Amino acid sequence: MEAVAAWGPAILFYLFAAVAVAAALAVVTLRNPMYGAIALLTCFLSVAALFFLRHAEFLGVVQIFVYGGGIMVLFLFVIMLVNLHRLHESRLFAPHGAMALVLALVLVALLVLIVYPLGFPQPDPAPASFVAVDGTLAGNSQAVAWQLYRGYLLPFEIVSVFLLVAMIGAVVLGRRD
Amino acid sequence: MLEITTTHYLILSAILFTIGIAGIVSRRNMITVLMSIELMLNSVNLNFIAFSYQLSDLGGQIFSIFTIAVAAGEAAVGLGILVAMFRLQQSVELDRSTELSG
Repeated sequence: MEAVAAWGPAILFYLFAAVAVAAALAVVTLRNPMYGAIALLTCFLSVAALFFLRHAEFLGVVQIFVYGGGIMVLFLFVIMLVNLHRLHESRLFAPHGAMALVLALVLVALLVLIVYPLGFPQPDPAPASFVAVDGTLAGNSQAVAWQLYRGYLLPFEIVSVFLLVAMIGAVVLGRRD
Repeated sequence: MLEITTTHYLILSAILFTIGIAGIVSRRNMITVLMSIELMLNSVNLNFIAFSYQLSDLGGQIFSIFTIAVAAGEAAVGLGILVAMFRLQQSVELDRSTELSG
């Protein structure tokens, strides 16, 4: 039991990280966008699991709802709307695809070189600030809501206006004239 | 190895971000490009969550909610553009839309 408690988070992290990276590679390399969308869904769900492992339970559920539900339905709907049978005959990558691969390898090497030596201290395993409201234990959703509506009310309202603008823009763009 | 630190999350996030960038610059299909953008925004969220846990600060989680909202709006508008583009030229390949390049 103790071994499970000690190894469990590490095993889960590596499992979901491997699934996320494999799914992301599949999104970029698969020819059929439908399969790509399913791989993207797999990646979103793995990232949601990684959120759960970092005590962001509310955000993990939001990730599953908004990405796995909303955005994915939008993508699948558009893929079905747009007739893609002609795509199968054309080239997959742009002419400079090989250069993009080299650029990506250089970029990831650079990022890892920057990040790796930083060496963060091991954080508190159960941070009280994620679940406490005014000193009493409440749960992650309540703590996030408390913080969101008290400290970040103006950005929240701005986001609602932004979503309205995006919705009107999408309707105007998709309209048949 | 046993302890999962913030560095693990940052490296995973860097890998996912780079895969997204590679998808954006190398693919010709606009649907896949939009999906790669979603991938990049997702990896940014992973960074926010990792630092939120590291610093025991809920601000990272709040900001991730905003990022998800912006990603949803971006997907809606991007797919609207895609549908309009398909209606115009019967194709979603990016190097065919050359009308604006003088």
